Amino acid sequence: MYQHTRLTTNNSGFFQKFLNFDYILLACILLLGFISLATMYSTDGGKVLFHTKSHFTKLVIFTFMMLIFSFINIKFWFSIGYLSYLLVVGLLIWTFLFGITSSGSQRWIDLYFINLQPSELMKIFIILCLAKYFHRMKLENVNSLYTILTSLIIILLPMGLVIVQPDLGTSLLIAISGIAVLWFAGINNRYFIYTMLGFIISLPFIIAFLKPYQKLRVLTFLNPDRDPLGAGYQIIQSKIAVGSGGIFGKGFLKGTQSYLEFLPEKHTDFIFTLFSEEFGFVGSVFLLLIYAVIIYRIIAIGASSRSYFAKIFCYSFGGAIFVYIAINMSMVLGLLPIVGSPLPIMSYGGSSMLATMIGFGIVMSAKVHSQQSIA
Amino acid sequence: MISSSSDNVKKLSSINRRMFITGSLKFFIMIGLVSRLFFLQVKENKKYLTLSDKNRIREWKLAPVRGEFHDYFGNVVAGNFEAFQLHVIPEQVEDFRYVIYRLKDLLELSDKEFKKVLKKKNEIKPWETLIVSDNLSWNKFSKVNNHLYDLNGVKPVISISRNYPFGDNFTHVLGYVSQANERDIESNEIIKKNFVPGLKIGKVGLEKSFEEELIGKNDIERYEVNAYGRRISQLEFQKGEKGKTLKLTIDTEVQKLANELLKDQAGSICVMDIFTGEIIAMHSSPSFDPNLFVFGISQDDWQIIRNDPLKPLVNKTLQGNYSPGSTIKPIVALSALENGIINTNFTVECTGKKEMYGQTYHCWKKKGHGFVSLRNAMKQSCDTYFYEIARKLGVDKLSETAKKFGLGEKVFGDLFDIEKKGLIPNTVWKKNALGKGWLLGETMITGIGQGYIQTTPIQLCLMTAQIANGGYKIYPKIIANEENKKDQPDDKYVPLYQNSKNISIIQDAMFGSTNEVMGTSYRSRIDNIKYQFAGKTGTAQVKKITERDRELDLKTFEIPYEERDHALYIAFGPYKNPRYALSVLVEHGGNGSTTAAPMAKKLFKLIIDRHTLRQSVNNNTYLEI
Repeated sequence: MYQHTRLTTNNSGFFQKFLNFDYILLACILLLGFISLATMYSTDGGKVLFHTKSHFTKLVIFTFMMLIFSFINIKFWFSIGYLSYLLVVGLLIWTFLFGITSSGSQRWIDLYFINLQPSELMKIFIILCLAKYFHRMKLENVNSLYTILTSLIIILLPMGLVIVQPDLGTSLLIAISGIAVLWFAGINNRYFIYTMLGFIISLPFIIAFLKPYQKLRVLTFLNPDRDPLGAGYQIIQSKIAVGSGGIFGKGFLKGTQSYLEFLPEKHTDFIFTLFSEEFGFVGSVFLLLIYAVIIYRIIAIGASSRSYFAKIFCYSFGGAIFVYIAINMSMVLGLLPIVGSPLPIMSYGGSSMLATMIGFGIVMSAKVHSQQSIA
Repeated sequence: MISSSSDNVKKLSSINRRMFITGSLKFFIMIGLVSRLFFLQVKENKKYLTLSDKNRIREWKLAPVRGEFHDYFGNVVAGNFEAFQLHVIPEQVEDFRYVIYRLKDLLELSDKEFKKVLKKKNEIKPWETLIVSDNLSWNKFSKVNNHLYDLNGVKPVISISRNYPFGDNFTHVLGYVSQANERDIESNEIIKKNFVPGLKIGKVGLEKSFEEELIGKNDIERYEVNAYGRRISQLEFQKGEKGKTLKLTIDTEVQKLANELLKDQAGSICVMDIFTGEIIAMHSSPSFDPNLFVFGISQDDWQIIRNDPLKPLVNKTLQGNYSPGSTIKPIVALSALENGIINTNFTVECTGKKEMYGQTYHCWKKKGHGFVSLRNAMKQSCDTYFYEIARKLGVDKLSETAKKFGLGEKVFGDLFDIEKKGLIPNTVWKKNALGKGWLLGETMITGIGQGYIQTTPIQLCLMTAQIANGGYKIYPKIIANEENKKDQPDDKYVPLYQNSKNISIIQDAMFGSTNEVMGTSYRSRIDNIKYQFAGKTGTAQVKKITERDRELDLKTFEIPYEERDHALYIAFGPYKNPRYALSVLVEHGGNGSTTAAPMAKKLFKLIIDRHTLRQSVNNNTYLEI
């Protein structure tokens, strides 16, 4: 008993931390990384070209980063909750003022070695911030007007900064990340119901304020065949690619839809389409299973964590990851209108992978320090 | 502390309850995604697989190789040659401007041609082939080949194209090919099916009539293409088929002679085998070089052909409706004999003219022929005699016989769409067409082949052949290897006469006309029995001869060209054992006996000389079978 306490309270040794690792989660992340590399290799037409190399470099660097983060005490993550949030908000403001514009939206900051997309980071740090905010709060205070307003401001501030870029998709994902925390923190059910109702009622007004291309996306989603070579092209081609994959797929490097460039955005948002075309139903379900295991492990880590902060972070992060996956897949399978949302780890894009890996790092840290309580 | 711990418990139970709710939600959404995948990839797989193939596979058709035309002896009269072309794929050229200007210098392109090339370049996609030159001379082609190091992206290509080695000799038989236009594609299913840009199809003549047989089948290349239509790899190559090679019944040597004889004159020559109906030669003059049309005729060349007063574009053999003149007389005489109007002893007194129904009908010989019987009338072509027997015979009976022998009817049926029917008038026709009653005077001039009656040279040839073969129906044919059922009608070789003796009488009279003193074509006779032929001259008036003309009695060269008579001649030979019939027509040639008959003499010499050779070809084909 004494020994046990000593071990847990004494910050344990490096070796002990190593034993505490969640190896299933780590294996799944590495497997996912490997699959994403293979898929990226396929998008490059079976050659090791720019995307594969770049993806590989990022994957290696960010995986190591994640491992290092795992050894950092969960207390540290707790302590930087607000600071990191403010830092990313600062980056978003910087983006707004000096960001790089590409294909009509100003989303990136040039850091010389990487073009950083702060909005992707915000998807993680908003969870961190809100998790810290609710960590010590008494349940009766959670539903106070002050709390709700504060948390709403925490969510709406980055959302606004991302919407003006403009990047509706990411801002919605940020909101979903934040709302997930509110949900787990115990905000009264009726607020969610009211918000939902309010949203449905205001939908016509929202639509009126949408940009023409966004309206087009919604209309196209409702009927992709109305402009098969224009707005509907992406959905149609994506469905063709997935559908033509069949049960076992066309085979690695043999996806004609992607290889012949019928697929749009195949490196990023539509990477699942390519994977699904080449590996078919079996491969797709396998990939979904890997994601399911990852999410399950994240939740399990949350459940076994002693600290409320770790719990709330893991649950929310697990929920957020799930939403990203669900939205991305629904989009490429033609179940949702096209919104820019990458598939975690699989999609090409440094910032998205960085954010996800930071998330995994914190989750892993929560696992390694699961017996750690935060004062 | 206690409250804090109880709060913690409450908080934990809340978060766990909510975790459970979200967990279940996630589970159902996962199931939803999997079922969507199942729907797309398993259930609808076939549909999307088809769509995916439709996306990626595209067919390219190559121009089919056109079938050839051979003459009776197997010489190629319309073949394919290798055209030297220059292709450029703009996107594969680093510096297009440099290359194209370099080519302009090398090929000595005019500014106009150069602009055309640039215009074409702007119309195509950068990865499509730009044909800079479609038919280069060997000199220029090799010159470009020598400079290829300097012309990155230029591809010298040898492509198959139509060639007519005998130039203008076969133009009116074969026609020519040229680039298919929209109307051609719309009107012909087979052209539509085989169409590729730059496809050449028959525009007139046999090239057009036998388009279906000649066109062949495309080579088909199936390529995998990317989203932008660029070819990625070849999946399949389906070999096409060369079009059918058609063998003509025509003898190139005779055809060439016909062309030579009519040089610089407007007219027609047809030669026919009187038993098989095979066309030995069929020429309309003047002709033009069909090779000019293959790559599109230049405006200058086109204007020269179009504005030629001798009308090279008109196929006189098939399209030319002419008064037959005296060449109709054998039919008039035959009709009179067949209908029992006259016998060989029947005589008429010719005084040079005949007054009748208030009109004067002139014989060509002012002094008259005196008393003439049938044989003499034919021999000397006495008009008065034929006025008289036509009058007695009546136009309806005459037209019956004429039609029997192939006049007033298309000789080749539907083979040539330009062929004219001619006109064999009768009383019913005039009533229907002109709404007037037939006049007896009109019967009389019909009897000498003037007035309403009109025939084409090919009809006259067929008529002569059917007289020469003893009066049996034949069907002319021009394609030797086309074994069509339509070519073998039931009434082939059906006798056209009532009494075969009548045919012999006409043959004998025609013999006299050529081989006896006083005969109209006596000067063109050949005494050698091997070549000896029998014929009938004709001189068709193109305008009514007035009294004043008669008084002037001008020589042919003194009359303006358009008013000169057409010279005609029909003949068959060798007389002892007839095998060939011919018709000659020279537009505004003056007189049948002086212009047309001498041509027949030269033709018979050649035709009969080549008879054995022709027979040997025939025997060979039988042996092969």
